[in-house]
Amino acid sequence: MKVLVPVKRVIDYNVKVRVKADQTGVELANVKMSMNPFDEIAIEEAIRMKEAGKAEEVIAVSIGPQQAQETIRTALAMGADRGVHVLHDGVVEPLAVAKMLKAIVEKEGPTVVILGKQAIDDDCNQTGQMLSALLGWSQATFASKIEVGDGELTVTREVDAGLETIKVKTPAIVTTDLRLNEPRYASLPNIMKAKKKPIEAMSPADLGVDPTPRLATLKVVEPAKRAGGVKVADVAELVSKLKNEAKVI
Amino acid sequence: MGALVFAEHADGAINPATLHAVTAAGQMSDSVTVLVAGTNVGSAAEAAAKIAGVAKVVRVDSSEYEHTLAENLAPLIAGLASGYSHVVATATTVGKNIMPRVAALLDVAQVSDIIEVIDADTFVRPIYAGNALATLKSSDTVKVVTVRGTNFEPAEAGGGSAEIEDGAAAGDQGLSSWVGQALSKSDRPELTSARVVISGGRGMQNGENFAMLEEIADKLGAAVGASRAAVDAGFVPNDYQVGQTGKVVAPDLYIAVGISGAIQHLAGMKDSKVIVAINKDEEAPIFQVADYGLVADLFKAIPELSQALDG
Repeated sequence: MKVLVPVKRVIDYNVKVRVKADQTGVELANVKMSMNPFDEIAIEEAIRMKEAGKAEEVIAVSIGPQQAQETIRTALAMGADRGVHVLHDGVVEPLAVAKMLKAIVEKEGPTVVILGKQAIDDDCNQTGQMLSALLGWSQATFASKIEVGDGELTVTREVDAGLETIKVKTPAIVTTDLRLNEPRYASLPNIMKAKKKPIEAMSPADLGVDPTPRLATLKVVEPAKRAGGVKVADVAELVSKLKNEAKVI
Repeated sequence: MGALVFAEHADGAINPATLHAVTAAGQMSDSVTVLVAGTNVGSAAEAAAKIAGVAKVVRVDSSEYEHTLAENLAPLIAGLASGYSHVVATATTVGKNIMPRVAALLDVAQVSDIIEVIDADTFVRPIYAGNALATLKSSDTVKVVTVRGTNFEPAEAGGGSAEIEDGAAAGDQGLSSWVGQALSKSDRPELTSARVVISGGRGMQNGENFAMLEEIADKLGAAVGASRAAVDAGFVPNDYQVGQTGKVVAPDLYIAVGISGAIQHLAGMKDSKVIVAINKDEEAPIFQVADYGLVADLFKAIPELSQALDG
């Protein structure tokens, strides 16, 4: 089977994000960018399926500016076989992403699409579920374990009360949670090899999708800062402050 | 045009998380309808009808809704949506799983995890792990919205007297099935609604040491949480995780023990009223958000704290 993995280029998770002075968004110029961490987990899972003989081909897809090719190269260096790059500058919302992915899925015919459960920039947590709806496929979100069966997947999901296990018929959408696996680092030889792997380029128009956002962003601001606190000397002072000053115990 | 709230329920009762969504929906629209779907949902529907501010309850009693499978619930909700201006759920793992599927079926954007309603079309939501707040305006005919529970007071569970009507089931899509669950059992309060939360991080060193935090939790009537590092290390189960991609909490008192304070953790707890940090590293970023910081070895401080709470 083929496995398709969409990957997103986002601000690196270690970067302290700054809001632009004109309140139109956050500062992206000269900021370190990386693959969305949940998408690394998705790529890793797909590669492990291939290594286990359950998948024949892993295709990494990214929608974004020219530099999104670097994110695809990262996926190829980890072990994906080839890439698809949909060139688009500017904001693209989950619904439009899902529509583009639907068109790519219909062309490529994967059995499973594995996505990160959310991107750490917009924190939307929507794309996988939307893609699943548009395709009329099954969905297993927030996965911490995937077993590939005959025409079905058994997936353990991280839910608010603990863990839940479901069976979904393939073709299926899976979205990854943190405990699914620990992504590998690409080795130098694999990084070199990845440079020769093919990346097919296309545009949203090629896929018949209008990427114009549906939501208008009126402003982006910094949240209110917490006032600085105090250090206490010992446990006795802490308990006294909590009882008499904060009055919370 | 009213707002339709998707209710979560169990054992004949409405999940407290849903009460927050009812409040948010009431700020979007004058008329709030609650959908209660499942099997044997008679008493859950009656409980929903008693929620203050609810005008109508739609009850759908059918076996395909027993386990909140998104493939079955999304067509049901999308089918009802045309009669409403808003479709609302709390951003729990259930709401997050189902609602984007509803939005896609309706061909509308979803506004995730809102923290404020400005008007019927305009909402505020955190982005970048809460390091920025975006104000978004939707022009879709039906707004699909999930709500961050901690930012909206719960609606009163009693006092209402909504009419209950039966809705038609939309059928089993036959795409997925529920196998089982392994839920954490605890007599302590639920993490997202607890008045006090005590969380442990990598500094706890192992799962057994969390017993020290549980002892304090029981004295304070608190819930126990954890940082991602503690969950990834296997000290405690995934449902303990507080942070950007885990649970968001805003208790009266949050005690962070052996947690360094990565931005991803702060995203899940920095709206707490009072924050206490106990960490032996005085440079730990957690102290920047703490109202009361104690630089100390937790293995000395926590037993002392436990003893002091007896006094």
